Amino acid sequence: MRVRLSVNGASQEHEVEPRLLLVHYLREVVGLTGTNVGCDTSSCGACTVLMDGESIKSCTVLAVQADGTEITTIEGMAQDGAMHPIQEAFREHHALQCGYCTPGMVMAAASLLKEHADLTEAEVREGLEGNLCRCTGYHNIVKAVLAAAGDREALV
Amino acid sequence: MSILGNRVVRKEDPKFLTSGGTYVDDLKIDGAARVTYVRSTSAHARIRSVDIDEARSAPGVLAVVTAADIELDPLPLEMPMLNEKMPQPWLATDVVRYVGEPVVAIVSETQAEGADAAELIFIDYEPLPVLVDTEGALEGSIVLHPEAGTNVSFELQFGRDESLFDGCEVVVRRRVNNQRVAPCPLEVRAVAARWEDDGRLTQWSSTQAPHSVRDALAKAYGLFEDEVHVISPDVGGGFGAKIGGYPDELLIAWLARRVGRPLKWTETRSESMVALGHGRAQLQDIEIGGSRDGTIGAYRLTVLQDSGAYPRVGALLSFMTRTMASGTYRIPKVDFNSRSVVTNTTPVVSYRGAGRPEATAAIERAVDLFAAEIGMDPAEVRRRNLVPPDAFPFTTPLGTTYDVGDYGRALELALEASGYADLRKEQARRREAGEVRQLGIGLSAYVEITNGVPGSEFAAVEVRENGTAVVRTGTSPHGQGHVTSWAMLVSDALGIPIDSIEVVHGDTDVVPRGVGTFGSRSLQVGGVAAHQAAGQVVDKARQLAAKLLEADPADVVLDKVGQRFHVAGTPAVAKSWGELAREASSEPGGLSAETDFTPPGATFPFGCHVAVVEVDTETGKVTIERLVAVDDAGRILNPLVAEGQIQGGLAQGAAQALLEQVAYDDDGNPLTANLADYTFVSAAEVPSFETTSMETPTPVNELGAKGIGESGTIGSTPAVQNAVVDALSHLGVRHVDMPATPERVWQAIAAAR
Ligand code: FES
Ligand code: FES
Repeated sequence: MRVRLSVNGASQEHEVEPRLLLVHYLREVVGLTGTNVGCDTSSCGACTVLMDGESIKSCTVLAVQADGTEITTIEGMAQDGAMHPIQEAFREHHALQCGYCTPGMVMAAASLLKEHADLTEAEVREGLEGNLCRCTGYHNIVKAVLAAAGDREALV
Repeated sequence: MSILGNRVVRKEDPKFLTSGGTYVDDLKIDGAARVTYVRSTSAHARIRSVDIDEARSAPGVLAVVTAADIELDPLPLEMPMLNEKMPQPWLATDVVRYVGEPVVAIVSETQAEGADAAELIFIDYEPLPVLVDTEGALEGSIVLHPEAGTNVSFELQFGRDESLFDGCEVVVRRRVNNQRVAPCPLEVRAVAARWEDDGRLTQWSSTQAPHSVRDALAKAYGLFEDEVHVISPDVGGGFGAKIGGYPDELLIAWLARRVGRPLKWTETRSESMVALGHGRAQLQDIEIGGSRDGTIGAYRLTVLQDSGAYPRVGALLSFMTRTMASGTYRIPKVDFNSRSVVTNTTPVVSYRGAGRPEATAAIERAVDLFAAEIGMDPAEVRRRNLVPPDAFPFTTPLGTTYDVGDYGRALELALEASGYADLRKEQARRREAGEVRQLGIGLSAYVEITNGVPGSEFAAVEVRENGTAVVRTGTSPHGQGHVTSWAMLVSDALGIPIDSIEVVHGDTDVVPRGVGTFGSRSLQVGGVAAHQAAGQVVDKARQLAAKLLEADPADVVLDKVGQRFHVAGTPAVAKSWGELAREASSEPGGLSAETDFTPPGATFPFGCHVAVVEVDTETGKVTIERLVAVDDAGRILNPLVAEGQIQGGLAQGAAQALLEQVAYDDDGNPLTANLADYTFVSAAEVPSFETTSMETPTPVNELGAKGIGESGTIGSTPAVQNAVVDALSHLGVRHVDMPATPERVWQAIAAAR
C-alpha cells in the first residue's frame, strides 16, 4: 500500500506492507533510528512520536494509518542547530543516562507541555506514566519537565 | 581550580537528545539477514522431535538450525567455580529446562519472515516433572542435570555454630524471601556479526564488557583474540544482566558463517523477559540475638539461592552476600551458610548490587525484627551497634575488611534530614486517631562492597598535534557518563578543556584490553587508570619541554590555564601541548602513555536511607511519600552524575520492595513475560528523592573514590520494606514479604487482627 506523509517537515512517499508498524517505517524505511522500540505490548513509550502534534506510541499505529499526517520524531525537535527547550532542560538536569528512553520521553514531555498550561509534579508523573525509564529513577526527568514548564516563553 | 568535584553537564547528551544514540539495532550493516530463535514453551520436557521442514521452505528463509547441526565444542564454563556438569548447550539437545531456552535458530531475509517461519515449526515435547521451588530442588527427588547427580550448583558451607546464640536474652528468627526480579534494561539484547574477508570476526554487541565477549567468541570459534573485533556502540542499560556471553549471542557468528551473510539479532521484549538473566532469587533464614539493652550479640544468615536452570554468575551471588552479611554493625558472632540450586527457570545473573542487596535486606530486616522484639526504636538499636568511626579498617567476623566509614554520622544526617522525631510524632497521632492511612518510617543503614572482584583496567591518553587529547578506556559505559567523567579526569591533569578531549570505549580493536563496567568498579579502577595515564603524559611532556627550553625538567611547570609548559618564573617562553605533540610525533606512540591500574582492594560505600510510606489499612495499598538518602561514596567526581546514579538506584530498589517480581506457576510457566504483566516501576509510583551526599575519601586509590552505581538500590529496598512493616507494627505485624503488594499487605493486616 502507498503512504504519503510528512516526517519532520519533509514529505515521504513509500509503498509499504499493510502490517508494517509506524515505528518500523520510521526506523527502517525513512531511516530515522532515533525512535526506539522497548517492548511489544505498547507499555514502554520508547517509540513515542508526535502525530499532528499529539504524542502517540508509534508501535501501536500502522504506517498506513499515518497516511496524510504530520509526524515529528526526536530528529525534528532541534531547529537550525539549536536544541528545543525540553532537550536543553533534559541536558541541564541530567535527565538521561543510557539515552534509550530519551527520544520517547522528550516527545511525550513536549506533548504534555503543549496540552497543559500549568503542571504540578504529580501531573508530570501521571502524564509520563506510560514512558518507562530504567536508569534515572524519573527524578531528573520530572525536574527537567517542570523546569521547561516554568520556561514556557522559550517553548514554541 | 580543578574541574573535579564540579557539576558538569554531559558531553554525550546532545547526540542522545537530538538524533538518539546508536544502538546495535540502529546499525546499517549491508546485506545483513535476521535471526529468530524458537524457544521452549515447556519448563521441563524431553524433546521427542523437532519438525522444521515447512519452515525451511518458507519465504525468505535461509537456514533453520537445531542442536544436531552445531558441530562447535560445548560452551566453556563462564566461571571456574561453576558446576561443569550443568552446562547449557548452544541450543537445547534432548531436554529443555526452562521456558525461554533456545531450541531452533532461523535465519531469514527479514524479521517478519523469521517470525512467520517460527510459526511453522513444531516441537513435540514429552513433559517431565517440573521443579520451580528451591526447597523442592534441595530435597532432590527430581534432578535436573542427571550427570551432576544433584541440584546443588554451588555451596558455601562452613558448619553451623550451635552455640551461636548462647548468652542472648532475645533471639528472633524469620524466613524472608528476596524475590526474583527482572533487570529490564530498556534496550533489550542485540547482536550483529560479520565475517570479514581476512577471516576475522566482527561482532557488535549490546554488552557491558566487550572484551570478555571477544574472549568468549575467540574461545568458541578457535580464533586468536586479535582475530575477533567486538564493538559495543551505545548500550541502553545493562544493570549487570549484560555482562557475560549468552549462548544465543555467541551463536550468531556461527549462523553467519553457515549462511555466508552478516546477521543481526535483536530479541523482542517478551523474549527478553525469559531469555535475559534474572536477579536476586534468594530464600533467606535470618536469626538475630542480643540483649534487651539493644546490643546485638549474634547473627546467622542461611541462604537458599535459586540459580535457574543453568548455573551462571547467579549461582555465586551468595559469595557476595556472605562478604557483606553483617552490614554496618559490630556483631561479635556471625554465621553464614548457603546453597545454590538449579530449578526449571531462567538462569539467574547479576542485577544491580548482585548479592549485596540481598545481604543488606536480610540484616536490615533482622535489626528491625530485633528492635520490635525488645521494644526499642530501630534508630536507637542501629546507633548502639554501628561500627564506630575509629574502628577502621574494620574486619568483620566473616573476614571482610571495610576501608573507611562514618556510619553513625550517616545515620544521624538521615534522621535529621527526614525529620525523624516529627515523623514519629505524626505516626503516633495517626495511630491514636485510628486513621485508615497509617504512616510507616523505615531505616536502612547500609554498607556495600564496590570493585569486589579484583582486576585491573586499561587506559591510554594521547595528546594530538592540534592540542586536543584522546582517552581510550577499557570500561564500557552504558549510561554512567564516562565520556564526561573521564574527560574531566584527564582535563584535571592536562589542563586541556573537556570539549577538546575525546573518550573512546567499547571497541576492542582500538582499546586493546579491558574488563568493562559492572560492580561499581569503573571510576575507582578505570577512572584512576585514566588519571594516571594523563599524569604520565604530563611527565613526558615536561621532559620534552625541558629539552626544548634547555632547562632542568624540575624547573618546568605546566600552566593548565594556558595549556602550555614553561620554566617557572618565565611564562613568556612556553611550549604548548600541540607543539610538544608535534615534537614527539617522530617517536613511537607520539605524546602518549598507557597504563593498567590494579587497585590494592575493594572499597565500601555506605549510607543511610529513610523511607516514609503511607499504608491504606483498608486496601493494603502502599504509597511512598518520601525517600531520604544519605550516601557516601568517597570523593565525588561529578555530583550531577553521581546523584543520577543514586536516584536510578533508589527507584529500582523501591520497586523491588513494592512492585516487581518475576513469577512462575507450578508448571514453570512465566506469569510476567512481558512489560504489560511485569510491574516495571513508573514515574507515578515514586516520589522525588531527597539526597544528601557525604564524602569520606577512601585511602584505597588516589582519587579517594568509591563506587556509586549500586548503593541506591542496596540501601532503599530494606528502607521501604521496613517502612511498610513499621506502618503496621502497632497492629502486631512483624514482617511483610516483598513485593509488598496491596494483597500481601492486606493479608498481613488481616492475619494480625
Ligand atoms: S515500543 Fe512502543 S510502547 Fe514500547
Ligand atoms: S535513560 Fe536509560 S532508560 Fe531512561
